[in-house]
Amino acid sequence: MTEKRNIAIIGAGIAGQEAASVLAGLGYKVTLLEKQERMGGMLNKWSKLFPDFSSSQQILDTVQVSANKNLSVICNADISSITKENGRFELSDNSSLKVYADLVLLATGYNLFDATLKEEYGYGVFENVITSVDFEKVHKSGKKLTTLLGKEPRRVAIIHCVGSRDAKSGNTYCSKVCCITGVKQAIEVTRMWPDCEVFNFYMDLRLYGSKYDSLYLEAQKHHKVQFIRGRLSEISERQDKGLQLKAEDTLQGRPLRMNADIVILLVGMEACEQNADLCRNNTLDLDENRFFKSKNIHYARNISTQPGIFMAGSCICPMSVNETLESSRSAAFLVDKSFRSVQVEE
Amino acid sequence: MSQFDFLKPKSRQIEFEQFDDRILTFVLERERSFLTCISCGGCTATCSAGNLTSFNIRKIGLSLRRGSINDLSDEIQKCMFCGKCTLVCPRDINIRNVVLLIKKRIAQLESEKTL
Repeated sequence: MTEKRNIAIIGAGIAGQEAASVLAGLGYKVTLLEKQERMGGMLNKWSKLFPDFSSSQQILDTVQVSANKNLSVICNADISSITKENGRFELSDNSSLKVYADLVLLATGYNLFDATLKEEYGYGVFENVITSVDFEKVHKSGKKLTTLLGKEPRRVAIIHCVGSRDAKSGNTYCSKVCCITGVKQAIEVTRMWPDCEVFNFYMDLRLYGSKYDSLYLEAQKHHKVQFIRGRLSEISERQDKGLQLKAEDTLQGRPLRMNADIVILLVGMEACEQNADLCRNNTLDLDENRFFKSKNIHYARNISTQPGIFMAGSCICPMSVNETLESSRSAAFLVDKSFRSVQVEE
Repeated sequence: MSQFDFLKPKSRQIEFEQFDDRILTFVLERERSFLTCISCGGCTATCSAGNLTSFNIRKIGLSLRRGSINDLSDEIQKCMFCGKCTLVCPRDINIRNVVLLIKKRIAQLESEKTL
């Protein structure tokens, strides 16, 4: 009996690394493939996490894997094809790299919505319009958020649902983590500038997680963040590079115009474009939102439609950091279970 | 007692039992996308007429869906059919067509003298 113990994990973000640690710890041979130069994925772009303002670097350090006899890491490996031949999977990128494995775990994560597509908000044209990820970058640098001219902002507007729940962007689903990110960033802005007014424009506030509502309360009680229920229709730039926003204050039932110094767009999570490539030559399938389709949304969330391929993290659907880590551990458990059942059969 | 009518103000309740769906059904049969409105107000924010008058296209849609169609016929005339509402709608509702259908139905009901 030849023992089947090789696992390839695509994506070395926190999902891929967490699963790799668990599986290598169980004695499997794990190959972790990362398309970027370094591991960590999207979390590298974040500064602090909701709901407790803990450092994302701390999470990155905690899940950080190091190569050992059971674990090899290959960076700059942009896997674009998975085929199954003679009972094992062959993974390859566009060059000469080929990796063989008995089971595959997808941890390819997500893409950020390209805010320039929402032309009416002027991202990439008006310099004082930034995205939530741009804000994280400023926050991580330790600097304070300033206008283009380096001035202290007197008023900041945070716009929810940019590229989420929007048929015009092609994404009708909710990215789930943006609402709470908006509340978190509103608090962070007022911590930087206590005199700055912050307004959050939302369609529906979806603060779904444990301890998220207490952050909402904190924003109202201690930071005077104001919430306006209305979707922004457009942003225009004044001569002094200040911004003018148009929305309806739906609770008052009247159109509203507001000047703001900086606008932060809460960009949503999208499925990776390469997901479609990975579905060729096998029976992997995508769901209606272009994320990988689960065999069953309740009891087989980590199991793909191709036997032998598993999934972890936000390549399944938008997820927060803690959900991603839980998803990875559950995927690792299922991979282990799958190997054991094969061995029993043999 | 009739001169003391002011002592009996009209009820402010939404009387759901008096739900008048004559316009709503007509619109929904012809423009299914109208079902998915979440009252985000994007349409009203960008509305050319709404910036100059009290016209509020979101509220019109909402009262339609609540089955209250009083005073609608005057209000709907304020729309200029510029179509910007349709461009911004996150639910991809053809709002311009909804307004057109409301006007058509009102004209029908008025010609039947039932509105």
